[in-house]
This record gives sequence, C-alpha cells and structure tokens, in this order.
Amino acid sequence: MEDKLIIKGIEFRSRLWIGTGKYKDFEETARVIEASGADVVTVAVRRVNITDRKSENLLDYIDPKKYKILPNTAGCYTVEDALRYSRLARESGVSDMIKLEVIGDEKTLFPDVIGLLKATEILAKEGFIVFPYTNDDPVMAKRLEDAGAAAVMPLGAPIGSGLGIRNPYNIKIILEAAKVPVIVDAGVGTASDAAVAMELGCDAVLMNTAVAAAKDPIAMANAMRHAVIAGRLAYKAGRMPKKLYATASSPIEGML
Amino acid sequence: MRLKVNGEDREFNGKTVLELLQELEIIPERVAVEVNLKVIKRADFENHPLNDGDSVEIVYFVGGGAA
Repeated sequence: MEDKLIIKGIEFRSRLWIGTGKYKDFEETARVIEASGADVVTVAVRRVNITDRKSENLLDYIDPKKYKILPNTAGCYTVEDALRYSRLARESGVSDMIKLEVIGDEKTLFPDVIGLLKATEILAKEGFIVFPYTNDDPVMAKRLEDAGAAAVMPLGAPIGSGLGIRNPYNIKIILEAAKVPVIVDAGVGTASDAAVAMELGCDAVLMNTAVAAAKDPIAMANAMRHAVIAGRLAYKAGRMPKKLYATASSPIEGML
Repeated sequence: MRLKVNGEDREFNGKTVLELLQELEIIPERVAVEVNLKVIKRADFENHPLNDGDSVEIVYFVGGGAA
C-alpha cells in the first residue's frame, strides 16, 4: 500500500529530511543526502562573499530539480528578520517553502513562539508554504496550524543537542490534535531517536547534526534512512500493548 | 557612486543591479538581491537602477540545518 507524505499538494519521496550544515565539503554533503534517501534538504540564506568569492556553489552539488530545497531562516531572532530572509529565499527561485525559525534564546536556541506565530501568519498570507520550528507545545502547535502553517515542526530536544525525543507524550498530544503534518525537527542523536519519532506517528523527521557530527556521516545517513522507514512501518503496523508481566509465546500443551 | 554592498562600502560606476552583479562576477540566477530592504525580482535586475548611497544585499544558499 502506498504511504506517501503529501503536504499542500507536494508529494515527498522520503520522510527523512536532511540539513546541509556542518559537513566537511559539498561533496560529502551530496554523498550524505544520497545515502539518506532524502528528497528535502534544508539550506540557509547568507551573504555572498564579494571580496573572496569561491566559484563553488552548494546548488552545484544538490540539484534543485532532483531535490526539494527548503530554505530556512536560521539565525533570525526577530519577526522582521525572519520575514526578510523568507522573502529573499523565495526570490532565489527554488521554492515557496520556508522552514521558519524565530529564535528566542542563544543558549538553548528555543523558538520565540510569539514571534513565530506572527511570522507564520504573515508568510502564509503571502502564499508561502510555512514550516515553523516550534516547541513541543501542543497549544502552540494548534495556534500555528490556525495561523496557516503547512505543517508543524516541534523540536525533540534543543538543536544540535542529540538528546533524542525528550517529551514523547507532548509529541503524541500534538499529533492527536493536529490536522496538518507533524515533523520532528531537532534533537535526534542517533537512529533509535528517529525511529521513536516515527513510531509516535510523526509524518517526517528533520535532522542535521546527528548525521554531520557522526564519525561516519554517510553511514549514519544510511542508518537514519532505515530508522525512519522502520519507525514508520512499525507505526503503521500498530505495536503490541505493553504489559508488566511475561506471557509465554510457546504453547504449554504438548510439554513432557 | 558609493554603494554599501553586503555591508561593505564600494565604488560603482554602472547603473543597474545586473551591472553590479556582472562587475562582481556573480551569476544572477544563483542569488537574490535586496536594495534598501526591498527584494528585487530577478526579472527586474536588468532595469532596476542603483543610486548613490543605496544599500545592496546579495545573498545565496549555503549549507544549513537549523539556527
């Protein structure tokens, strides 16, 4: 049976979304993406270095015809900045999608949800497909959905922390109430974390550091690909109920 | 004329956004441009005039995950 992720009419080949930061070079980035099987790759918007320009461009390695480029507003701490980066990103001509971040605190990189909500509302009205990075807060997830978010992206743990899904129960509550897809963004540290997110019923997982900071990023990308598929399959299969005591799985009948 | 390009002062003798990009050897299809906080559509690069004192931002995509 087909189990495709479709958001705002866009069909996604994979439920693993990959960030392109922190890799050794563009070649490694490209190999990681290939190994991960992802079709969504996030990128950041930054100034071109006009005095010392390198001829190489990330998009020489990640073909926008083959992958869905998801620009982010990483590094933005105000609504104004987030809007500015979003509009520039769209004008770059690869996508109307934006991974919206309005960061509220340097140390934790937790989102400023008040700013996030405002920016989501404005950008959704401007026709953006908005993917807001938010807390694992079910009430805020609902508010973002009402403001026009195409999906909500609650964190599993702080960005780059690798602490895993710290509050699976909140993610579950978000999932229960959400009418839009739920994509865990940030916090995944290893394959089991990605599987946990998918087993909870999340529609996709976005990660960067878990792969980039692994000893062998390409092998980890491959592991993540399998973890996301396994987690999704397990979710669809429906896990057995947990029980406190043992139940033998071999028959008593016929014993000597 | 004097421009501020990506935060740096720069002397420019051309007229348009496209001419500035050409002078900087930047492929227009790869970037987005903002002049005095207003995003310029790529189709308008050719005709959008630059004036003395304008602040120009030229951005592109780099590797990035979150924050």
